[in-house]
Amino acid sequence: MSELIDFLIVSLVLVAIGIYGLVVKRNAIRMLFSIEIIANAANLVLVAFSRGLPNAQGQTFALFSIAIAAAEVAVGLGLIIVAYRLYKEIDVAEFRSLRG
Amino acid sequence: MADPIFIAVAVLTVGAAIIALEARELIYGAVALAISMLGIAGFFLLLDAPFVAMFQITVYVGAVAVLIIFTVMLVRTQALFTTKEDKKRKGAGVALMLIIMSSLGALLLASGLNGQFGSFGATQTVNFTQIGQLMLTYYAPALIILGLTLAGAVIAALALARREDVEQQHERTD
Repeated sequence: MSELIDFLIVSLVLVAIGIYGLVVKRNAIRMLFSIEIIANAANLVLVAFSRGLPNAQGQTFALFSIAIAAAEVAVGLGLIIVAYRLYKEIDVAEFRSLRG
Repeated sequence: MADPIFIAVAVLTVGAAIIALEARELIYGAVALAISMLGIAGFFLLLDAPFVAMFQITVYVGAVAVLIIFTVMLVRTQALFTTKEDKKRKGAGVALMLIIMSSLGALLLASGLNGQFGSFGATQTVNFTQIGQLMLTYYAPALIILGLTLAGAVIAALALARREDVEQQHERTD
């Protein structure tokens, strides 16, 4: 059987991949992917500790977190569609109207 | 040491996450992201949390992945192929990723969490009636606020995606 530390390491690897995506990618949809990967890694840690303790609160928080992430994706994709309509581009470096 | 099912799910999840970011076509990336979310649901099953796993599959694979795929289809295909990242930036990103992984990983392995709780097989599991009780008693206000947040987000997304110029044209032609 696997232990708590195994799940924590997988979660850490996912967070690192997500940070890499946020730093390197300039495509707005790919940055949204990265955010989703990081949010999922956080959920994994919550559920892993909930299993280890054992305590139901971790799973409850994971459920809340999943619902919040769904709302965030809806708004994020709406923003990307508006930006695409304005700039004909989803490269974040091309969104210039707020640049000084 | 970890069991083979765990290793298989870990390879699937991490590999699909890397493909999601590195696939040349964005639509393949979206599919890979959905597979990665399925892998996370597999971890939840391994952690004896079937309720959270089902929730993860419904919300992430059922709703979020489909939403992303539709958005990818709405965006012009040419915009999806532009990989205007320079080599230096990518190298710096990989270096940052490796630094985070190695430093935090060493911290985790050195910390007291290593070996704590022992193997998960022996301890008792969380019954999901407990989750229901917590959600409808102690966390009931949070649940209501969450529902309002979701409704607000959906309305905001609708308002954002709406096109006033097209609507005015329709009114003129009517």
